[in-house]
Amino acid sequence: MKGAWWKITALVLMAYTIIGGLLLEVPRLDILNETIRNLYFHVPMWFGMIIVLLASMVYSIKYLKSQDLKHDLWAAELANTGILFGILGIVTGMIWAKFTWGAYWSGDPKQNGAAGGLMFYFAYVILRGSFKDEEQKARISAIFNIFAFAIFIPLIFVLPRLTDSLHPGNGGNPGFNAYDLDSKLRLVFYPAIIGWTLLGVWFTSLNVRMRTVENQLLENE
Amino acid sequence: MKSIFSEINVLVRKEVALEWRERSNLNGLLLYTISTIFVCYLSFNQRRVELSPITWNTLFWIIQLFTALNGASKSFTQEAGGRHFYYYQLVSPQSIILSKIVYNALLMLLVAFLGLGVYSIVLGNPIQDPWMFTACVGLGAIGFSSSLTMVAGIASKAQGNNTLMAILGLPAILPMILMLIKASKNAIDGLARSQTLDEIMIILAIDIIVITVSYLLFPYLWRS
Repeated sequence: MKGAWWKITALVLMAYTIIGGLLLEVPRLDILNETIRNLYFHVPMWFGMIIVLLASMVYSIKYLKSQDLKHDLWAAELANTGILFGILGIVTGMIWAKFTWGAYWSGDPKQNGAAGGLMFYFAYVILRGSFKDEEQKARISAIFNIFAFAIFIPLIFVLPRLTDSLHPGNGGNPGFNAYDLDSKLRLVFYPAIIGWTLLGVWFTSLNVRMRTVENQLLENE
Repeated sequence: MKSIFSEINVLVRKEVALEWRERSNLNGLLLYTISTIFVCYLSFNQRRVELSPITWNTLFWIIQLFTALNGASKSFTQEAGGRHFYYYQLVSPQSIILSKIVYNALLMLLVAFLGLGVYSIVLGNPIQDPWMFTACVGLGAIGFSSSLTMVAGIASKAQGNNTLMAILGLPAILPMILMLIKASKNAIDGLARSQTLDEIMIILAIDIIVITVSYLLFPYLWRS
């Protein structure tokens, strides 16, 4: 059980997010109504994705410095978790959009940016698949990962702020802080971010362990 | 610092001289652009409809985008493998990537402006602020080459080069092309130039980010 404290924390926080997020009182607002509870799922997933992808880039830099294949494995698996969170974030966002903006996809710049960013990481996965040599694969994909993250940031953070967006905090819309992220919402929102991120790290560590065992088995054969 | 500039100077001259001797890349790209434009012209003119400015603009940039993808994909595959080892001993990797970016930008500028000329002749020219549009085309050519040169380097190391170039390059170029389409749409509508300043700053900022990242990462790519 030693070293399991953060997994327990993740479980407790996730349980709290789900139970508290669905049952605790939320502000009554027009249009948003009860869908405001999606704030505990959609937004923290995006935060989790950004953190996980940032970590993936850091591991790529570490790989380039150290040439240690373990770092490459972590970078790849973190990117996979980032893709999973990205897809979940897009799906929860689409459901939310259907009930508040009236359509699953309304060509919002943030939606488009997110889809473009995901394309980048799908390309990363495909790039990894097209090498036979492990060292070569690790090095080239690490380079692409850093490159992707550097372009991903303007795509998802800077561009939507310049154009009209339906998202809060963009194109002159006030952010959540301005009117409705009151202390009741924060009570679940911040734990949810930590919970989702820890869960992502847990997924990743399981995947990394599985890959390590698989590689070991292949070597023994 | 001085040596890197002189190295870049020599390398760009070498690229231009190599290209000028054979002209296969340049002619290929020109023919590619012109035939694409011609196919678009014939396809759209089936029923003699005028293109709306938005369609005109988008089509123009899509053609530019694919020309740039094609042009950049040859950056690292043109020369025989052994020659790269030779350069490795002579110059620093940073000057290689910067010279490739400069050379690709020159090539793209040439092809883009010739393409624009042909495009306006066959599909009409709704531009109200030609100087602004010209500036956009120039920025686009430089931006495409800086985003795609590094991607071409990455793709050249893997098998299945051509597909990979497209799937790695398209997301890389997405923010750039969105900004370019917006800026050039403003130029077509003849809006005040101060309106477009934001987009131009963003394009330049993306250029700076991409070139810096390429500058830092290319030495690692080069080594393999």
